[in-house]
Amino acid sequence: MSSTIALETRKVSKYFGSVAANVNVDLTVRRGEILAILGENGCGKTTLMNMIAGIYYPDSGSILVNGEEVVIRSPKDAFRHGIGMIHQHFKLVDLFTAAENIVLGINDGKKYDIKDVNRRVAEIADRYGFHVDPQKKIYEMSVSEKQTVEILKVLYRGADILILDEPSAVLTPQETNKLFDVLRRMREDGKSILIITHKLHEVLAISDRVAVLRKGEHIATVETAGTTESELTEMMVGKKVELNIERPEPKNTCDRLEVKDLNMTDADGIKVLDKVSFSARSGEILGIAGIAGSGQRELLESIAGLCHPVTGQIIYHNPKTGESEDLRDKNPVEIRELGVRLSFVPEDRLGMGLVGNMDIVDNMMLRSYRKGHSLFVDRKKPGDLANKIVDELEVVTPGTHTPVRRLSGGNVQKVLVGREIAAAPTVLMAAYPVRGLDINSSYTIYNLLTKQKENGVAVIFVGEDLDVLVELCDRIVVLCAGRVTGILDARNTTKEEIGLLMTSAGESCATDNDEKEDVGGENN
Amino acid sequence: MNPILDFIITAIPLGMTFLFGCVGEILTEKAGHLNLGIPGIMCVGGACGCLALKMMYKTGMPWPLVVIIAILASLAGGVAMGLVYSFLTVTLKANQNVTGLAMTTFGVGLTKFIMSKLSIKSIQYLYALKFFRFPFHNRTDALKYCGIMVFLGVAIALAAAFVLAKTRVGLHLRAVGENPATADAVGINVTRYKYVATLVGSGIAALGGLFYIMDYAGSYEAYKSIEAFGWLAVALVIFTVWKPHLSIIGAFIFGLLYIAGSRIPTLLGIEMDMSATPLLQMLPYVVTILVLIISSVRKKRENQPPASLGVPYFREER
Amino acid sequence: MKTTEKRSREPLFHVVKRDALPWYKAMLIRVIAVAAAVLLCSLLSIVMIEANPFEFVKTLVDGAVGSERRLWKLAKDAAVLLCISLAVTPAFRMKFWNIGAEGQTLIGALASVAVAVYLGGKIPEPALLVLMAIAAILAGAIWGGLPAIFKAKWNTNETLFTLMMNYVASGLVAYFLVVWRPSGGSVLGRLDFGHLPVIFHEYFLIIAITIILTAAVFVYLHYTKQGYEISVVGESENTARYIGINVSKVIIRTMIVSGAICGLAGFLIVGALDHSITATTVGGLGFTAIMVSWLAKFNPLIMIGTSVFITFLNQGSSQISTNFNVDSSFPSMIVGVVLFFIIGCEFFIGYKVKFRESTKSQSQEVVENESDS
Repeated sequence: MSSTIALETRKVSKYFGSVAANVNVDLTVRRGEILAILGENGCGKTTLMNMIAGIYYPDSGSILVNGEEVVIRSPKDAFRHGIGMIHQHFKLVDLFTAAENIVLGINDGKKYDIKDVNRRVAEIADRYGFHVDPQKKIYEMSVSEKQTVEILKVLYRGADILILDEPSAVLTPQETNKLFDVLRRMREDGKSILIITHKLHEVLAISDRVAVLRKGEHIATVETAGTTESELTEMMVGKKVELNIERPEPKNTCDRLEVKDLNMTDADGIKVLDKVSFSARSGEILGIAGIAGSGQRELLESIAGLCHPVTGQIIYHNPKTGESEDLRDKNPVEIRELGVRLSFVPEDRLGMGLVGNMDIVDNMMLRSYRKGHSLFVDRKKPGDLANKIVDELEVVTPGTHTPVRRLSGGNVQKVLVGREIAAAPTVLMAAYPVRGLDINSSYTIYNLLTKQKENGVAVIFVGEDLDVLVELCDRIVVLCAGRVTGILDARNTTKEEIGLLMTSAGESCATDNDEKEDVGGENN
Repeated sequence: MNPILDFIITAIPLGMTFLFGCVGEILTEKAGHLNLGIPGIMCVGGACGCLALKMMYKTGMPWPLVVIIAILASLAGGVAMGLVYSFLTVTLKANQNVTGLAMTTFGVGLTKFIMSKLSIKSIQYLYALKFFRFPFHNRTDALKYCGIMVFLGVAIALAAAFVLAKTRVGLHLRAVGENPATADAVGINVTRYKYVATLVGSGIAALGGLFYIMDYAGSYEAYKSIEAFGWLAVALVIFTVWKPHLSIIGAFIFGLLYIAGSRIPTLLGIEMDMSATPLLQMLPYVVTILVLIISSVRKKRENQPPASLGVPYFREER
Repeated sequence: MKTTEKRSREPLFHVVKRDALPWYKAMLIRVIAVAAAVLLCSLLSIVMIEANPFEFVKTLVDGAVGSERRLWKLAKDAAVLLCISLAVTPAFRMKFWNIGAEGQTLIGALASVAVAVYLGGKIPEPALLVLMAIAAILAGAIWGGLPAIFKAKWNTNETLFTLMMNYVASGLVAYFLVVWRPSGGSVLGRLDFGHLPVIFHEYFLIIAITIILTAAVFVYLHYTKQGYEISVVGESENTARYIGINVSKVIIRTMIVSGAICGLAGFLIVGALDHSITATTVGGLGFTAIMVSWLAKFNPLIMIGTSVFITFLNQGSSQISTNFNVDSSFPSMIVGVVLFFIIGCEFFIGYKVKFRESTKSQSQEVVENESDS
């Protein structure tokens, strides 16, 4: 028995403060298999893997490698037991060559000879079918090459158990296929591979077994051959939870913001937005669902004028003048000067939406300080606004002159949302506005958004909890890998339907290159 | 000797003063620490050497031993200064600019204080010179300056270049300066590397001060110029884009420029305006600025300052 | 077996960032640091200059504030230092490491001397003074703005750039000294023209101007839109982008302001005090100013205190060097030692040191493991 089991976790639990990231997780990994770890955002997949790789230490439970209990306190310990993890964010020195990065930190007592390392790296690469030049510098590499280096780094250290955290998230479909070939070759070589992923078709394509996690718990591990996409989706999203969020019927809706065929590529040349089209209407909440990193951030930042898509249009219909403007190439100041009242609650609250070291009053001014021709800032109105927000939203703070950095997450968010709403917007965008918030604060935010909708604002809500999306929104746009895979009526949809679209079970998300020109998703 | 050759050969040992400081600073900066205390450290290195020379001379020891002790004292002075700097900036994560400038203020003051208490007669320097300028100590032309310290300086620069480029320690050190979080993740002891690089770098820089007082200038008053040479050493680091082997040539060029104003008129037999000297002496800094600008415009990654230069590393923030 | 492995892996202590310490506790830490530094200095002085510690402290205080003349001198020196410190502050609040105040001030001084040399006596004195001030401000602004343009456009390292600019400035001064005094060595005598008027006391004007400037910089940083933009850019460039601030513009504009104030300081040094120039006219004040500003956490009002404090140490220890007949370099050593202590103590204000097994959960973990094995 122990000869076939490479890795096992027994009742492993991890808490961050009062939040349970993992509860009594039992997981087994066989030798020479590919095990997919499947689950929604925040289900504890990455935390679990980080514990195996020595980034975190479990609060309770034990980890067994080859049947023996081991203590893994650092990545170095993990390597000693033959475990290596390839993180989503690469840990590479840009200025070094592939080989230099691979050998970094290894002190095997032998003489350091980079030529020898180059040779050995090339050997390993050949064995598993990688294409990599050991002497190429990291900064000259594409994302997929960098990922290759990370994998080689782990293999070079002699790892038998490899953990890959969403390896395909940064890859093109062709690159993903290549990676999977390599993984299969490793499996044949007797290595055990754990692969974290959201994408069901990939799970089915590559894995031998699938372990499903939900809300920190291990739901089940099933043989891939004997399961289906819908069964996996069901296990992943779980039963519908009634939240009882109030949802009035939209009134007097009209198109406020029309996004047409938006295309954008990132610095690495990867398409982050691919022919995205939808419209946001006044008086309704438009939900945006998708696995993290499917283009949500780029979409909102494009609308807010923080980054500029290559092609496409962002048409704003001004309710006052009746005119329409294209916002695509405008910066935030120009957008405001056009009379567009656009509010934006970004995902990164303290790094973008607010200045952590400034007090509440000064943070109120971020949006409004330019008003008027005076050289001086007016702190009277922001001060009043700060008091109003603290009172109305019940922000727990010693005073309005406390740096927002010292407030709790929920209170920080109330300050930010309060400020954005106070600008009397016609379009309100909120990215993950309840992430990390407790139940009460979350409901405060839901109510605020709903109230805005009733006031005729076009609300765009980017969320990760499908239960919330289904109950809060009127319509839901589903993004997958920068494409719109569906636009659904929130009142007549199910979590499973959204889940399938998110994980691209629908045909529209490309796995093969010939589907590139396929329709992105104007389903509505 | 041919005056042109004389001019060129004189520039080599002068450049050594910058070279020691420059190589020391490169090692420190490669660990991600901008040590603006280098001028102060070079001064202290010179002063400690002189202090030891004076004290040992009194004991009547054989002169080679006296000189060796002076060199060791100079090294110790530099390392002690480096220890203060690295304790403040590595362990206590203090602002590197502020700490470095305070080090220079302190170091220059301390040096002046020590030197004011010493009065070294030129006869005592002669002992040192005999040692430092071996095998050319009997010559009367410019070659007399090119003794073992010059060879030592070049050797140190080459050794530093070799260590940085070809050894595991060098690889790890560069990783610490480029991306300490990554270095930490693969199990490199970031703190130890930062300390060792700063201490070794300070020791090497200290030799520059010693060299200038005891060898190149061979005079008591010489300590007053070291601070200025210290800043030139910092400039040289940028000029040679953080490469110790290039700094040998860079030091020579800076040396040429520094003395060009006084040498060129006699060399070419022309009347040169006196005002040219300050302009020529300013040239190294101007050229350095140009190098800095050009390398940032070209964005060639190999020629940029170490990525984490000036940023304290705090593991919890990774 | 397992337990020992685990315990040996737990570091002896680890460091965590603190939430803000109440100001009085932070102040207490600093006071302790200064006291410790003075104690160390006085102990050292026993060894080095054979003075007893009480004598040491007494002379220190007496030298700094012991007479009316010394008080005026203290105020004057502190004012000049404060003036340059005010100049570097806007850039520092933006996290732009301008260590070129020395050069920016010197080039300002050079520009005003140039105006006095070329136009002195040819135009009325008030007009000359105005022109000197304008020239100085412009020169300083250029010297500060240049690195900022390259920083904004190509992200050129500003610390190294501004540092180098210092020596270019002093090279230019050396050059012009030769030009103006081709025969008589490189010493420029006292200027005949371009003296600021003496009101009440020879130092009064420069002190008054500095006080006004302090208020102005404080208001600029805390109450104007530009000052607000500086804070936002310094805290988070991402936020600046989010609200549509043009970061490059703010960087260049702020460095021009910084350089201009440095230039003004240079003009004041020339017009009110030195009436001449050498390559060392600024005498390292540009570097000391960085520490003054940093110690005050970039707050102009607190900088009044820190600049007086540094000047106090300098002047007091000068007296020690006179009284005990030691070298005039003594003050910079004392200031250096005190600075080391203050720089070091900031760590204990910003961070907390947690020792091993000080928390309950950790000790529990150990107990549990012991019961296992």
